[in-house]
Amino acid sequence: MPGILDLVTYVLLGIGILFNALGIIGLLRFPDLYTRMHATTKATTFGSIFTSLAVIVYGLGLFIGNNDSQYLTLAIHAFLAMAMLAFTNAVSAHALARAAHKSGQFPTPAVCDRLAEAKL
Amino acid sequence: MIPFLITTFLAFLGYLILTAGTGNIGLWSVTELIMGAILAVVTGALTRNFLCRSRDYRMLNPARFLRLLVYVPVPFFIELTRANLDVAYRVITGRIRPGIIRVRSNLRTDLGIFMLANSITLTPGTLTVGIDEKTHDLFIHNINLGEGEEKKEYFESTELFSLINLPAWIRKIAEHDKEAP
Repeated sequence: MPGILDLVTYVLLGIGILFNALGIIGLLRFPDLYTRMHATTKATTFGSIFTSLAVIVYGLGLFIGNNDSQYLTLAIHAFLAMAMLAFTNAVSAHALARAAHKSGQFPTPAVCDRLAEAKL
Repeated sequence: MIPFLITTFLAFLGYLILTAGTGNIGLWSVTELIMGAILAVVTGALTRNFLCRSRDYRMLNPARFLRLLVYVPVPFFIELTRANLDVAYRVITGRIRPGIIRVRSNLRTDLGIFMLANSITLTPGTLTVGIDEKTHDLFIHNINLGEGEEKKEYFESTELFSLINLPAWIRKIAEHDKEAP
């Protein structure tokens, strides 16, 4: 049983690190602010969700094995961190994009820009 | 009075979640329970005017809450995975065709638009840049528009999600019941 849980932890960590790495590659490859934000803010959120899930599985596994409540605390706090990360990341990404567009940083390779046309 | 009770209850719940595993009444110790209750009442008294500012208690309906609890881990997570794989493909190949489009949300309430905008932002490949406050339209930066799609004046919000109809879920969770479709 502990072997399986260890394996699950490693797989989740691997997926998380893979997506975080892809986010960094996207940051280097993409041309302007908006496309870079697609890569960094969101691929890394997905990656961080999986690394947090790895911590949760690890904590729950130790809690079931040892019945020591500090591991339950670890898992719950990792879960809270994951939820907060997902919420705040979406809001901050929106705030960044809006601020950039308001200060005149338009998407440079772009086929259309309805927000600039709408003139809000 | 009702906002005070709701805020107190949520504050107490948050305290219980943060201190789970400290003792043996359930998972909590006596000190934590008493301290949590006192702090929750203080928090509720101080912040009662912030959480329920609109005096609209439709989210107390348990059916909406259960739908929200199902929505986040199942349909939303499936869309999140699909979109992340798509962006991973674009990162590797570099094939992008970005543009800002106008999307009709057809939602009325602040909470509904908040949920739709956040769902759109969290699924990679689409990013909410702005909101038209009058018509409740969203402006979405899309990383890969299809050929010829830039000529369309409007998009429907369902077109952004290819697998599951997330706007219908959001409408069931957050919108008023008696509204014309």
